[in-house]
Amino acid sequence: MAYNTVVEDNIDILVAGAGLGGTGAAFEARYWGKNKKIVIAEKANIDRSGAVAQGLYAINCYMGTRWGENNPEDHVRYARNDLMGMVREDLLFDMARHVDSTVHMFEEWGLPLMKDPDTGAFLREGKWQIMIHGESYKPIVAEAAKKSADKVYNRVCVTHLLMDEAKENRIAGAVGFNVRTGDYHVFKSKTVVVGAGGASNIFKPRSVGEGAGRVWYAPWSSGSAYALLINAGAKMTQMENRIVLARFKDGYGPVGAYFLHLKTYTQNGLGEEYESKWYENTKEIVGSYIDHHPTPTCLRNHAFINEVNAGRGPIHMVTMEAFQDPHLEEVGWENFLGMTVGQAVLWAATDVDPKYENPELTTSEPYVMGSHATGCGAWCSGPEDLSPPEYFWGYNRMMTIEGLFGAGDAVGGTPHAFSSGSFTEGRLSAKAACKYIDDGKGEGIVVSETQLNRLKEEIYKPMEHYRIFRNEITAGSVNPNYINPRQGLDRLQKLMDEYGGGVTVSYMTNENLLNIGLKKMKIMEEDLEKLAAEDLHELLRAWELKHRHRTSECVLQHTLFRKETRWPGYYYRGDAMKLDDENWHVLTVSRRDPKTGEYTLEKAPCYHLVGEDE
Amino acid sequence: MPTFVYMTRCDGCGMCVDICPSDIMHIDKTTRRAYNIEPNMCWECYSCVKACPHQAIDVRGYADFAPLGHSVRVLREEEKGTIAWRIKFRNGTEKNFLSPITTKPWGRDIPQLAEQPEPSNEMRDSQLLFNEPKYIRMDEGDLHTFESNGLKMKEGVYY
Repeated sequence: MAYNTVVEDNIDILVAGAGLGGTGAAFEARYWGKNKKIVIAEKANIDRSGAVAQGLYAINCYMGTRWGENNPEDHVRYARNDLMGMVREDLLFDMARHVDSTVHMFEEWGLPLMKDPDTGAFLREGKWQIMIHGESYKPIVAEAAKKSADKVYNRVCVTHLLMDEAKENRIAGAVGFNVRTGDYHVFKSKTVVVGAGGASNIFKPRSVGEGAGRVWYAPWSSGSAYALLINAGAKMTQMENRIVLARFKDGYGPVGAYFLHLKTYTQNGLGEEYESKWYENTKEIVGSYIDHHPTPTCLRNHAFINEVNAGRGPIHMVTMEAFQDPHLEEVGWENFLGMTVGQAVLWAATDVDPKYENPELTTSEPYVMGSHATGCGAWCSGPEDLSPPEYFWGYNRMMTIEGLFGAGDAVGGTPHAFSSGSFTEGRLSAKAACKYIDDGKGEGIVVSETQLNRLKEEIYKPMEHYRIFRNEITAGSVNPNYINPRQGLDRLQKLMDEYGGGVTVSYMTNENLLNIGLKKMKIMEEDLEKLAAEDLHELLRAWELKHRHRTSECVLQHTLFRKETRWPGYYYRGDAMKLDDENWHVLTVSRRDPKTGEYTLEKAPCYHLVGEDE
Repeated sequence: MPTFVYMTRCDGCGMCVDICPSDIMHIDKTTRRAYNIEPNMCWECYSCVKACPHQAIDVRGYADFAPLGHSVRVLREEEKGTIAWRIKFRNGTEKNFLSPITTKPWGRDIPQLAEQPEPSNEMRDSQLLFNEPKYIRMDEGDLHTFESNGLKMKEGVYY
């Protein structure tokens, strides 16, 4: 296949994936690197890409330190409580001490933040959340990134990271292809900031057919934030920590503003409060963690799931009281229109007016990401003034590969960053990357033609494979020598659902199931070598599938390693149904050897800030 | 609620193709008009609906759970800085909403960082980011550290 090769050489900072994390990195990099070459590669269009493409109605991470609301350590305590202790407190504190400066910049740029008319402070939805009119959140931050970057390559899907051949374990850039022209893109760069997304669509979704696109996290979040790193041999952490969301049924409309601002609440199908019923049951699994406030997200899920399985569903959100207030009714609807239009469409289609009817809730299929109430991602260095020796190796947010940085979903152990925290992490990465370059750490990078040619062949292989075997059959999609990306995605989702703890098994798994799952995952990897792409769009789907597959494999490996049930309500290890602080109050760290494909897993210490009682 | 395109309104300009985050709005080679090639990878994010200069794109709720007979239409006007929504229920109920999308002329107040004064070496070695410590605390003090906030980290379960 004769596609052009486009080489962008001498890049200082390559941003791979420009959602909130990537745009933050590109923006900030220009300040610390006035003469540096900053390039963005984005598989869609930077104006509407990433998880915030649709907009947001709230900024969920704002300290309000200048109003005397919260300090960084309060955020650390909140996030670690929600994640049952399993967080990187150095990274959380670091993000939290900077995030307010990001949010105030957004306001200066024109993002409409609502204000409290009495105090002048940003209008609180909850202790951490502030309310915004965020339909154009992404176009606004994209504008900032475009002002800083030398070049933005839209529609270039990054498939692999490039490794330096002069120095072992050092980054050298990335490669990918243009989804429109098919060109092969080579980015030779001293540093790479991975701002790619987490993973939707790796567990079988509840919806079927057309509705399979109505996932909670964006369908274009294809796990590239993880697969790029795992394939390069970076260490990963907390990949077992997938998230399940309690959301409005089918449309997956957000519940945050409903709970916090509208003061709506849940009840079972009989109109009863149900969470307290499961207190003793939960305590048996997690001990005193159930007494923490606020109740961790996973434990609230646990009560929800059990109540439904006990036959007292559906769970309803009681909206009929709040929606009698016209202002709150407006907030309720605009909340959806600003970030999950599909929920508004569904209610219109089904004549659900929450003023007169309490809508149904459900628990979603699991997702793998690192910026909501979950902390999957790469094992990154913290900042030098905060991190203990095990968490520090020179540059803030640098992974275990030299010159490779991350932001947002890519960074592990940092839940509750959300949009503003991800942008802030991008800024931190960019500053550290500039310092890395100024220290001369990126000099003398060598990338051979052999490496570039090998990757080029690999990228286009699905199209080549299709070309060779297509005419073996008359028509249709059934072929003994290949599967297409959709068929592969269906297989992955079924596998992850049944063996990895998806919805059809009520989030349950165990060692036997995980081992079978991993075995099937290996066989699937062989079949992915026979993936066929009819055109460039299918080639995009093929690479998304490969990234989802690698992410999933890592999730299963981590889930197998952690022999306890740390987050009931996210998933259950049926063979270890209790939280086990004696053996597992640690962070899990894995590395996949790029040469052999073997994983090694280890425990890393979990450091905490001084307790509240001291 | 995957998107679809009205035959009589689309002129094949490709704005939707250009903006779709999922790469599913393509131009049909026969009709030379846009269409959704992969409805089950549509997030109903409305990026294409908002971008279409002819209001040619609409959505119809996902067939697997949404009955027919509804509509959610939108008009986003960057110059005015507003977005207007009209929701029509299956039973005819109608709701209208209008929200701001920006408070400033588009892009004007986003700084060109290349033109900012060069940061000092001291700033480079500090933990400060651009524009900090503005906005990060009540007094004029520096960034928070464990030391400034009287904190330390230790290993184990104790909180």
